[in-house]
Amino acid sequence: MSGTKQAAPAGSAPRPQQGGGDGPGRRLITYLEPGGLGGGLPTAGTTVLAVAVALVLSSLLVAATGGSPSDAVRALFEGSLGGSTAWSSTLLYTAPLLLVAVGACISTRAGVFNLGQEGQLLIGALAGAWVALRLAVPGPALLLIALVAAMVAGGAWAGLSSLMHRWRGVNIVVSTLLMTFLAQQLVAFAVTTPWLLQETRLGNATVSPQSNKLPEGALLGSLGQYPNLQINGGLLIALLAAVVIAVLIARSRWGFRLTMLGLNPRAARHAGVRVAAMAGAALALSGAFAGLAGAILLTSPVGTNRLQAGISTNIGWDGLLVALVARNRPLLAIPVALLFGVLRSGGGFLAATGVPAFLVDVVKSLLVLAFVIPPVAVAAVRRRKEARRASAQAAPARVPEEAAL
Amino acid sequence: MSALDNLSTILASGARLTVPLAFAACGEYLAERAGTVNISVEAMMLGGAFSSVAVASATGSATVGLVAGMAIGVVLGFVHGNLSHRAAINTFVVGLVLNTLVLGLTSYLITTNAFEGHQVWQVNVPVLSDIPIVGRALFVERWPAYLLIGLIPLTWWLVERSRWGLELRAVGEAPQAADVTGIDVNRRRRQALLWCGALSGLGGAYLAVGEVGAFSQNMTAGRGYIVIAAVIFGAWRLGRTLLGCALFGLADAMRLALPALGVTLNSQLLIVAPYLLALLAMVVFATKDREPRALGAAFERGTT
Repeated sequence: MSGTKQAAPAGSAPRPQQGGGDGPGRRLITYLEPGGLGGGLPTAGTTVLAVAVALVLSSLLVAATGGSPSDAVRALFEGSLGGSTAWSSTLLYTAPLLLVAVGACISTRAGVFNLGQEGQLLIGALAGAWVALRLAVPGPALLLIALVAAMVAGGAWAGLSSLMHRWRGVNIVVSTLLMTFLAQQLVAFAVTTPWLLQETRLGNATVSPQSNKLPEGALLGSLGQYPNLQINGGLLIALLAAVVIAVLIARSRWGFRLTMLGLNPRAARHAGVRVAAMAGAALALSGAFAGLAGAILLTSPVGTNRLQAGISTNIGWDGLLVALVARNRPLLAIPVALLFGVLRSGGGFLAATGVPAFLVDVVKSLLVLAFVIPPVAVAAVRRRKEARRASAQAAPARVPEEAAL
Repeated sequence: MSALDNLSTILASGARLTVPLAFAACGEYLAERAGTVNISVEAMMLGGAFSSVAVASATGSATVGLVAGMAIGVVLGFVHGNLSHRAAINTFVVGLVLNTLVLGLTSYLITTNAFEGHQVWQVNVPVLSDIPIVGRALFVERWPAYLLIGLIPLTWWLVERSRWGLELRAVGEAPQAADVTGIDVNRRRRQALLWCGALSGLGGAYLAVGEVGAFSQNMTAGRGYIVIAAVIFGAWRLGRTLLGCALFGLADAMRLALPALGVTLNSQLLIVAPYLLALLAMVVFATKDREPRALGAAFERGTT
């Protein structure tokens, strides 16, 4: 997975994480190490070990609760990769996950931690559904307008947090988090309110808390129908987004400034980066990608093609986890999003084996820990070793210095 | 008369919904004063709720369950502290993962196990509970609720008056300076998370073996986030934080009671009220000045 050359070369010595508190305007922004995988072989080894531990723990959990781990693994596999329909559903889940993750890569690289993708995704889906159901534009144009509307809406929703931070110093992490709950209720409100998006009543039919079905023209079609395998347009959009953003981050001036901003905002300011505007734009852009993910979910077959309060099924949260595991590298996010897609579509098949599908959430979070902890742990051990060596060398060296005085 | 009865009922239900929030808010307040935005308070409450019911079912004692709920909170606080303050992984990342993990784990375990219901007993304070309107709200509670009488002043004293609390606040405001004076910054933060875990676990356990007597999937349903909102609403002061909890508890009680009273208010609006309130409070009061300076920022020696 040595995919790209990033601004920070992979395999270089792990850089100490930025401590915060960099001037009053920036202190709420948190840092992640946006560099490469770092640490080289020890990290890779520890990661493999940690993943193994996570899988063993999950199997033990299944066994301890009276299930059969091998059945569970088989069901996960059958439901996600065992056949073309299973593959189709895996790929359909991968697309929105990847889009959310690409957005998260952008904001986190800029040193802004967006915790509200779930809400931005819902707002995107809401805007997309509204446009698709209300505008009388024919065919593909409608789809395009819906996708753009979703991006704008998601970006604006995230932008609100950015504005609140800029004007009133509101903590971005907390505001994006709280805005998620607002978004959830907003969507719930929209789909239970007849004059907004609730299903139209035909005769005496009862209506559900959901919107009408989107018109055919607004649905993302399958590009190419191989024997039962559907490659949905959404996947192509997501892959394209990942590649474009990866190239922009690695090669463009914007990407360099973004990364510099995340690594050292003070240096970025001195270098003439308009810090606040850049960080705000990064947050809005990550919201826009989450919004697009919402529209793609809505218009693709796994999203029921209706706006429902539960349409997101935590894809916003999961997309964020994908970005974490991929350590904010859009290209690395592709295989990770696929892995999460596998867990999602495989999870549906678990119940048949008597193992509750909630197991997938446990596996997912253990895997995230298994990917996130090792690089940091290896770096910490190395740092401690270096400090010990430094102090061992410094001690005798100081004596002649003092003697010379 | 009937209106007064209704008022009394709503107040009583509001008080019952406030108690778990108040426990967790005391913990979250202390953790945030030390500089950690502890997102995983949701996980601590949910884990506390689950383990209290599981242990109560195994031992037959709701009180033992309550202690188990606290213990799980402490364990989660330990894990969170070590990951975010020893290994220096982004604290929001840690919180998010722990929330996912605990939600998945408890939802999984509840479907594969059946637990007997147990509840801690109720204490009616003799004369006082007969006070009209507020009597039922304040003096008819499950017994752990009365622990708040001791825990609130204790938390306040710990933060505002004790030596440890002075160091804790220093760690939250100016970790570099605290480090220079020889305070182990990350150790203080880990200790704060243990206290937060114990109280949040207790809050979750109170919800489960106190009020409900059983565990259901995702039974805390975002109460941890409400607690974080309460601390922000309270501008990092304990009194106002608890006031925020009471407001949120009452809003919740109203949401449950209004349909029965025949008042149709928008239910989405009532669900969202606490979050909206917290956001507005942040925007209007510009809490920047009151917030611990180093809130949410990881500390590592020698990076400044």
